[in-house]
Amino acid sequence: MFKKYLRKLTPYLFITPHLIFFTAFLAFPAFYGIYISLHKWEPLSFNKPFIGLANYQKLFTSGTLQNRYFWNALVNTLQFVIFSVPALVLIGLLLAILVDSKIKYKGLFRSIFYTPVILSVTSVTLIWMWMLDSQTGLINYFFNQLGLESVAWLSRETPAWISLVVTTVWWTAGHNMLLFLAGLQDIPQHLYEAAKIDGASIFEQFWYITLPSLKPTTLFVTVMTTVASFNVFGQPFMMTQGGPGRSTQVAIMYIQQEAFTNYKMGSAAAMAIVVSLFIIIIGIFQFKIMSSDVKY
Amino acid sequence: MQREKNLRILTYIIVISFAAIWILPLLWMLSTALKPESQVIAWPIEIIPKEVTFDNFYDIIFDSPRTPILRWFFNSFFVSTATTFLVLAVDSLAAYAYARLEFKGKNVLFWLLMATMMVPPVTNLIPNYLIMDRLGWIDSYQALIFPQVAAVFGVFLMRQFFIGLPSELEDAAYIDGCNRFQIFYIIALPMAKPALIALGLFTFRASWNAFLWPLIITNSAKMRPLTPGLRLLQSNFMTEFGKLMAGAFISAVPVIIIFIIAQKYFVKGIALTGMKG
Repeated sequence: MFKKYLRKLTPYLFITPHLIFFTAFLAFPAFYGIYISLHKWEPLSFNKPFIGLANYQKLFTSGTLQNRYFWNALVNTLQFVIFSVPALVLIGLLLAILVDSKIKYKGLFRSIFYTPVILSVTSVTLIWMWMLDSQTGLINYFFNQLGLESVAWLSRETPAWISLVVTTVWWTAGHNMLLFLAGLQDIPQHLYEAAKIDGASIFEQFWYITLPSLKPTTLFVTVMTTVASFNVFGQPFMMTQGGPGRSTQVAIMYIQQEAFTNYKMGSAAAMAIVVSLFIIIIGIFQFKIMSSDVKY
Repeated sequence: MQREKNLRILTYIIVISFAAIWILPLLWMLSTALKPESQVIAWPIEIIPKEVTFDNFYDIIFDSPRTPILRWFFNSFFVSTATTFLVLAVDSLAAYAYARLEFKGKNVLFWLLMATMMVPPVTNLIPNYLIMDRLGWIDSYQALIFPQVAAVFGVFLMRQFFIGLPSELEDAAYIDGCNRFQIFYIIALPMAKPALIALGLFTFRASWNAFLWPLIITNSAKMRPLTPGLRLLQSNFMTEFGKLMAGAFISAVPVIIIFIIAQKYFVKGIALTGMKG
């Protein structure tokens, strides 16, 4: 009798340790976040009154500070996504094709392109702040050598965006390279051999075999990269502090500021939920659209 | 034939240019870190320093009490190691049950776990901070470690791996009278070694490189891990790039060493999962 109960209990013993952590720090907080967002929650004041949807209303009524800065930050995030995702996907693909082609030292090149991926965001941004330093940076040194004028990379709006995207591409394109490489190596070799017999050029082979075969990989890479870019925080936080003005302040930076500098936890929680919904919906939407014509 | 040759030359030109762009910042970091302060901003630039010194390393390690980088290094090491072992233990146990055992609510639970994989980290930032505050855990190791153990990615990865393993050996052991835990520990777990290593590397790196959560959950200099610590280093030394590059280098070395040692598994793990830290 006892043994039978024990046997029924066993699976739950296996899953319980994970479920405890999962419940305490992932599932419960998600609901707690909603609860917080419905309150005027300021850690320094004793009362945290329920205010319904007021924190959300503030975001969607024009004229409030939160409305202005939140949408500014969201638009900036979107801008970062639009600039960075195509670059990350295309350069990732290009690097994969390069290291998959018939060249020597493939492994070495692969490691070179992958190395930045394993660095932390703070290492990467420190390196690039030094590269982009307006007075003594290497980039401006090269610019001057070419007879161009120095650029204040991190303190003017357009150069700041370029800097953020360049830094991000250098940091993570190698990851997409690896994913594409796995996709490339899954393409059956006989397809290329058949095409060669039919007299297809290298470019025709690329266009009619490689690209279509990579479609599922491209879908996966694009969705993952988009979601990652929506979550951008470290690069602008370290490199531009959101400046000049608030022109590179992204959503998570503003949420962090609202919560931990302005101490408006309720308002920040509401923003976090709106941003999260945004990211989830875009992820699902993208996946649906792009997978609708991938048939395997 | 000529065309193919041209194409190959073009490929080399492109791949070498990209490689140069990719190497240059790393080389420049190392070179700057090894230069004496007066040489850091000297023109014309020296990519390979003429005069090599370890002053920058010495200064940030032993001579900067406001940015205790050795302590940060220990924090990172301790937090990342503890997180990795906890994740491996907790996730492989759970994954085994989801893969092999039958129990009530299994599908619903697993579906629930998978659904949360889409939830971005920012969702839990504020609630988790307030939970830690309530528990009195702000600025503690638990706060740095536990939320990372809640992740479901590892459960998913390990489950996929267990499902792919043949179950004959386990069935035989069951008939021989082993209990489920023995089967898991003696038979299934050793077979899952490649997946465990891949998940371990992934977790260690993700933990080592974590930025936003440790940044907000620690508020004393001595509790910071290295990654958010570099932020303090930056505000402390501003434009002393020799020291900043030495810091960036120190923080990069452990993950690079681990990556070199375990490269094979690393690449396999990424191909297996497509996830990143």
